[in-house]
Amino acid sequence: MLFKKPQVAFYPFTVIRDPDRCVKCKSCVDQCSFEATYYDEDYDKIMNKNENCVNCKRCEAFCPTDAIKVVPNPSTFHPDANWTPEAIRDIHVQMLTGAIILTSTGNDKPYKNYFDHLLLDACQVTNPSIDPLREPMELKTFLGRKPDRLEIDEDCVSIKTTIGKQLELEIPVLFSAMSYGSINLNLHKAMAMAAEENGTYWNTGEGGLHKSLKKFKDCTIVQVASGRFGVDIEYLETSAAIEIKIGQGAKPGIGGHLPGEKVNEGIAETRMIPVGSDAISPAPHHDIYSIEDLRQLIYALKEATNYEKPVSVKIAAVHNVAAIASGIAHAGADIIAIDGFRGGTGATPKSLRDYVGIPIELAIAAVDERLRKEGLRNNVSLIAAGGFRNPVDVLKAIALGADAVYIGTVALLAAGCTQCQQCHTGRCAWGITTNDPKLAKRLNPEIVAENLSNILRAWKHDIKEMLGAMGINAIESIKGNRLRLRSIGLTEQENKILGVLPAGM
Amino acid sequence: MGNKRNVYKIYPIEENCMSCRYCEVACTMVHSQSQDPVKAYKLENLIPRPKVEVEGAVSLSVTCRHCKHPFCVDACVSGALYQDENGTVHLNEAKCVGCWSCVLMCPFGCVHPNLNKRYTFKCDLCEGRDFPACVEACPNRALVYDKER
Repeated sequence: MLFKKPQVAFYPFTVIRDPDRCVKCKSCVDQCSFEATYYDEDYDKIMNKNENCVNCKRCEAFCPTDAIKVVPNPSTFHPDANWTPEAIRDIHVQMLTGAIILTSTGNDKPYKNYFDHLLLDACQVTNPSIDPLREPMELKTFLGRKPDRLEIDEDCVSIKTTIGKQLELEIPVLFSAMSYGSINLNLHKAMAMAAEENGTYWNTGEGGLHKSLKKFKDCTIVQVASGRFGVDIEYLETSAAIEIKIGQGAKPGIGGHLPGEKVNEGIAETRMIPVGSDAISPAPHHDIYSIEDLRQLIYALKEATNYEKPVSVKIAAVHNVAAIASGIAHAGADIIAIDGFRGGTGATPKSLRDYVGIPIELAIAAVDERLRKEGLRNNVSLIAAGGFRNPVDVLKAIALGADAVYIGTVALLAAGCTQCQQCHTGRCAWGITTNDPKLAKRLNPEIVAENLSNILRAWKHDIKEMLGAMGINAIESIKGNRLRLRSIGLTEQENKILGVLPAGM
Repeated sequence: MGNKRNVYKIYPIEENCMSCRYCEVACTMVHSQSQDPVKAYKLENLIPRPKVEVEGAVSLSVTCRHCKHPFCVDACVSGALYQDENGTVHLNEAKCVGCWSCVLMCPFGCVHPNLNKRYTFKCDLCEGRDFPACVEACPNRALVYDKER
């Protein structure tokens, strides 16, 4: 009766409440969606169940009198570099459940972040820098197939070559695919509003497009994944581009599973499945077992939409990514999106999240290099995804060879996310990765859209400042321009893969 | 719709309310001597005038509706509650005798008895302040201060 299982006894976080400041307004009790806080009538006090605390910090943020701090449990396991608390707790969980450890968000292991080992260039004396507040500076980016060469008319002015449909971006940053189901409609709406306002695109993810968001057609990329949820001709046509999802950086090689209890009426209607039924995305597309099969799907989608939409193929960055990307380019894709191993997810087995895939920095460099060598680079645009934290990462990725960058976690953070890694529970206290009506209403799409717009605006300014310092007045000029990068603290081999010189050379 | 009065009121937006109770704490704070939320509750024993009602996913902040025909004013035996020329319902604390008739009559439960001081209290739309504190404090735009709708 009083015995506590180790999983419960050795909880990782604890809520500290200052009784001198607590006014018993019970805000924290109502805000906690993990039942870690309750009001005890007998004591007339707010009490904790620390074993339930996930460190989402919702109570801390909403305590109007700053009476709460969520801290790591001061009681620690014996220090051991091998048997870390995480390693011990994982055993405790699996010995009780006999199941895979589910988690969410992106890879949290301390791998080397190559962005942090890359330095940008700046102008001094011999070439002038540019002040973006006084001189024009262009971040406009076009995604899609570019022709091999341009044919000019006899008048020497008009271009005879017809260029296929392009996605036109005011800033080379798009909102990454996050499905309706994994996140709620409020965030979908916020991303759509922000994308529309800022001249960029948002991606529906694999869960279809809710009917209320069809008006955002021109800034929407619709995704076709292995589950084919919500896919019909109307869906394909209600878009600016179509993306075939092969893989995801947080869980390369596996599919997805939206538990039936999360499938409410809105999700069921959008995904075109019965209410309460599990939405299972198979690991592979059952009609794609080769590049030739992928080509068939790409052209089936192009045919269905009258060749009016660019078709993107999204893959996870895995060991052989350059060869795979080359195959995708050969298969006729207009855009290749590559998701690195730091990419986030709403639910994934922990072992896959942390130990499968490769960093996006290396993947982008390798893919760009390979496509250039094969003369295919102009056939496809490259979108890098997975773990982008700031505009500097974006600029470095573009210098390494990407055309644009997908941001997912950044959008979640702008909505309030604290990276507590509980998306898979569907109990997100910030109302992001949940469809519980009580929690989902915590996201006001208007407010989130404003936050997202602010992020994009801030990043735009930042990128312009950095380009200006380099004396560049268009993002085009830094694309694949690895000469403006130097590495620090990397090995010769790493420099070779990234195609950059070490600092000082 | 022509019979709307030219009176400003606080309207709750149910679909945005996340029951954080900032409206309650902000109200208590601005009606305190100390203007400090902790002191307002702990030293001045104040109680919030809005009340966040929560029932499952439904939650909203309930404050005085400043009714066109206020039952509380009808019920008041001492003339402490009155409606001004704009239609806003006010309480003159000096006149209140603490009979709690208004508390019983308010259909929204928005007049509260202050048991320590023997008089009632209700939303005064933050008299003397530029803008109602609860509306200003709401982090999710679940309260609006607007003309009678």
